[in-house]
Amino acid sequence: MASRRPAKNQPASFEWTAENRTWCEAQREKYPQDRAASCVIPFLWRGQKQEGWVSIPMMEAIAEQLSMPYIRVYEVATFYTMFNLAPVGEFHVQLCGTTPCMLCGAQDLREVCKKVIGPEHRISDDGKFSWIEVECLGACCNAPMVQISTSESDHYYEDLTPEILADLLGKLRRGEDVKTGTQNPKRHTSDPEGENTTLTDPSLYDGSAAKPLRNIPNAPEPAGAD
Amino acid sequence: MLEDKDRIFTNLYGLQDWRLEGAKQRGAWNGTKDLMALGPDWIIDQIKESGLRGRGGAGFPTGLKWSFMPKEVGDRPHYLVVNADESEPGTCKDREIMRHDPHLLIEGCLISAFAMKAHVCYIYIRGEFVDERERLQAAIDEAYAAGLIGKNACGSGWDFDVYVHHGAGAYICGEETGLLESLEGKKGQPRLKPPFPAAAGVYGCPTTVNNVESIAVAPTILRRGANWFASIGRENNAGTKIYCLSGHVERPCNVEEAMSIPLKKLIEQHAGGVRGGWSNLKAVIPGGSSVPLIPRDVCDDVLMDFDALKDVKSGLGTAAVIVMDKSTDIVRAISRISYFYKHESCGQCTPCREGTGWMWRVLERMAVGDSTTEEIDKLLDVAGQVEGHTICALGDAAAWPVQGLIRHFRSEIEERINRYRADRGSVAMAGVAAQ
Repeated sequence: MASRRPAKNQPASFEWTAENRTWCEAQREKYPQDRAASCVIPFLWRGQKQEGWVSIPMMEAIAEQLSMPYIRVYEVATFYTMFNLAPVGEFHVQLCGTTPCMLCGAQDLREVCKKVIGPEHRISDDGKFSWIEVECLGACCNAPMVQISTSESDHYYEDLTPEILADLLGKLRRGEDVKTGTQNPKRHTSDPEGENTTLTDPSLYDGSAAKPLRNIPNAPEPAGAD
Repeated sequence: MLEDKDRIFTNLYGLQDWRLEGAKQRGAWNGTKDLMALGPDWIIDQIKESGLRGRGGAGFPTGLKWSFMPKEVGDRPHYLVVNADESEPGTCKDREIMRHDPHLLIEGCLISAFAMKAHVCYIYIRGEFVDERERLQAAIDEAYAAGLIGKNACGSGWDFDVYVHHGAGAYICGEETGLLESLEGKKGQPRLKPPFPAAAGVYGCPTTVNNVESIAVAPTILRRGANWFASIGRENNAGTKIYCLSGHVERPCNVEEAMSIPLKKLIEQHAGGVRGGWSNLKAVIPGGSSVPLIPRDVCDDVLMDFDALKDVKSGLGTAAVIVMDKSTDIVRAISRISYFYKHESCGQCTPCREGTGWMWRVLERMAVGDSTTEEIDKLLDVAGQVEGHTICALGDAAAWPVQGLIRHFRSEIEERINRYRADRGSVAMAGVAAQ
């Protein structure tokens, strides 16, 4: 179990922006009338995007909004590891350290983070960065990788080397544009580097699959009469 | 070898257009209304006939699972929930479906929900997949706008809504009842079964939870015929499967191949072989971090399917193949997996909550040799006490990799212990494991 506690220093209050308040109302439509609690994770996530982290006043406000006991919201916020219970840097780097990434050199990326950003769980002096090691992010065919969260986005950066990661962090610090996804120029996504071994038959993409079905296999009687 | 014409996910790598028009060109949404016109029972029978087994890890027959839903809708509505909480280390296939072939998934949702008489589907996607979630939502919006879902979906007369819901970083929510708890706005702690979700799932209503890949293959199975799907792979292990090849291979990749393909062929054909050649292979974890590893001599001729891998005391799991060459510190590699389970245990059952951390700490010491040979037996004993003694399968999943390590690499751990002792010139007492 991951042990997680809220930060000592908490803000005095929490207020949704007008835009987010509207967004919250739209979310309620997804779930049955009497099941408002289903919104708790999406709301906490939206709140984190707004403030950068999840504070106690935010949990209290969401509890009231969803007519839930405060402790139920607190339970959720401390259970799910994507909720930052303390402030993070403008660019929050989440380094995947689980075995597939570890086999491909995640430890070397950790050293880069330490050198460029500083100790884990701390915000860099300029407030720009923080980093943590997280568990499998599900991009194992493009290992090793990191996810970098900002108030705007949560992109993956894949097929990293220490040099590429250091370069990437430098660009972010300077406010330059960076390419998301794989950083290997010979790959598109999770395809093999270089020539693909599958999906090369042009007839897959010539529209022949879109022609009306002549008959449906195993249909009890001719279907599609209309 | 599977030919391209028999591949279901024709945009696996995102080289084509993921949008509705592109997906339609590749065959998605073709004749959906006609398929639905043949009725729920026909659909379920076809899926049963196809031999499709769940693609999320457990391999339960999908058609059979669908048939567990009540035949008629009573006072509680039926729900379809798609498990897109892909978090099993090594696994990265559902992500590709959602961002590159989202319409196959949405069409599958409509057809399977219709077969189970559900008007509402929730797709529960892991919180980290933010870009994928936005992509999927965009595809859903397109499908609504085109009348493919929503009121009178595809002109079938069936009303159908799809909602994307997300988690926030908890592996345990990939367990179906943990997922349902999370969807209800709680901690993702698995429920005791029975009742099973088909009787009381989300909001206490009949619910079926299926993996993304299982749902996304359904429309193509119906269009091409159950016998087509069943003809691929060995008996009881039918169909095509997305394999995720990661670790020490020359060209890591996802690839859709036939079930029952030999592991060696899979790696050599599509991933460019093991780094440094096949003789440099040490071991493979063939189905995601939960399944026991298999050493090279087993890898030589094992087939990639449920039964063949079970026969060698491992499993197909999610078909996430993690390759480890001879440079791998195998004890550390498994120890890192143990740390993962320690981190992800929900804390509900004591054997798992305490056992996962205990096993990790012991393995960390074993990695440097600071242990005793007796402690290896003790570790095996503790793994056996975690396995099968918890509400959900996370306890089993934590125990199996450890058992696999000791089964095949016990001598390597013993060597480290001997070396550690020799280096210190005296017999050191092993530290107390439990803290």
